[in-house]
Amino acid sequence: MLVEGPVEVVGEDGEVTVCDRFSVAVCTCRRSKIFPWCDTSHRKRAKRTTKDEDGTA
Amino acid sequence: MTTTTARRLSRRTVPALPEPRGPLSAAVMGLLRGERDVDVPSPAASEPYGDDLQLALYVLYELHYQGFDGVPDEREWDSGLLAVRGALEDRFLGALRADVPVGAGDSAWAALDELQVEPVDGTGSVSHFLRDEGTVAQLREYAALRSLYHLKEADPHAWVIPRLYGRAKAAMVAVEFDEFGGGRADEIHAQLFADLMTDLGLETAYGHYLDAAPAEMLATVNLMSLFGLHRALRAALVGHFASVEVTSSPGSRRLAEALRRVGAGAAAVRFYAEHVEADAVHEQVVRHDVIGGLLEEEPALEADVVFGIRATGHLEDRLADRLLAAWRDGRSALRSPERAGTAA
Repeated sequence: MLVEGPVEVVGEDGEVTVCDRFSVAVCTCRRSKIFPWCDTSHRKRAKRTTKDEDGTA
Repeated sequence: MTTTTARRLSRRTVPALPEPRGPLSAAVMGLLRGERDVDVPSPAASEPYGDDLQLALYVLYELHYQGFDGVPDEREWDSGLLAVRGALEDRFLGALRADVPVGAGDSAWAALDELQVEPVDGTGSVSHFLRDEGTVAQLREYAALRSLYHLKEADPHAWVIPRLYGRAKAAMVAVEFDEFGGGRADEIHAQLFADLMTDLGLETAYGHYLDAAPAEMLATVNLMSLFGLHRALRAALVGHFASVEVTSSPGSRRLAEALRRVGAGAAAVRFYAEHVEADAVHEQVVRHDVIGGLLEEEPALEADVVFGIRATGHLEDRLADRLLAAWRDGRSALRSPERAGTAA
């Protein structure tokens, strides 16, 4: 879920995590390894005929 | 660990012209050195994805970024050089158009959705290979090659900004602002990459690894310059950018894992960790607002968005094949492996 930044997330344990990016992707599926932010772990996984790309921007 | 005071700006250096790789690149280098009576051969005889043509094109594009030592800055707009560049671009773009067919009704959204599905097994993917079995030497080679782009990260895409307007422009600028550090020089992604190179013991001077880079690497950077410099290809540039952003986040996570596994420094891990988080945002902004905004205003450009997405995949696949074939064979993927041994 995209939220306009900067964003402060307060966890259930009271811990505050801050991100000052212009727009912040907040994880809503709990699968992210960098929770509370999204790392695209929600994506479908499937056998695919095309190869995976490796570029970074 | 890199400190701010230890940083050298890679763009402070102006590289020497590289070694030619055939008659075309030799002729272009001759022109750039100011030689007279240089006979430039027709690119029709040259392999469009080959070393000679790709290097000649790469060198001509570099005049728009950083230039070369001994070549006057004004030659960026030398009409003779631009004519040579145009002929090389026609050959390259012609090959891409032939190899990456786009049907009249092909959907940009479907093309992007296809990229979003993570493969169960990563055969053919460099980031899977490096995560699972990459050595420090292979990670250094990968960083040396990718430095051709990452030391000018997001620069080719900035050229599209004046060609966009409205929602597409605002969104593209927002993503580029993030790429350029959000107003903080030491957070510019190109600088984060230079820090990664320092951590890996690589030379960070701009252009240092050009001679070591095979044609497949040059082609991926030439694609961005081609799309960025031509207004007629603005939709292809946007499609290219979207495809990189969509695939970057999971790929960056694997590369961060690879660097952690081999015990690389914090700055090396940081570059890819930043891209896991940033590109999860960029992907959505580029999809919804850059592509969505562009196609709302100019729906006839959808085929070119698809072309940009598929051309990126085509050239990235060629690069992956080259790297993996070398590494699985126990060979270096660089043209001149000794260059990667040069410490910063």
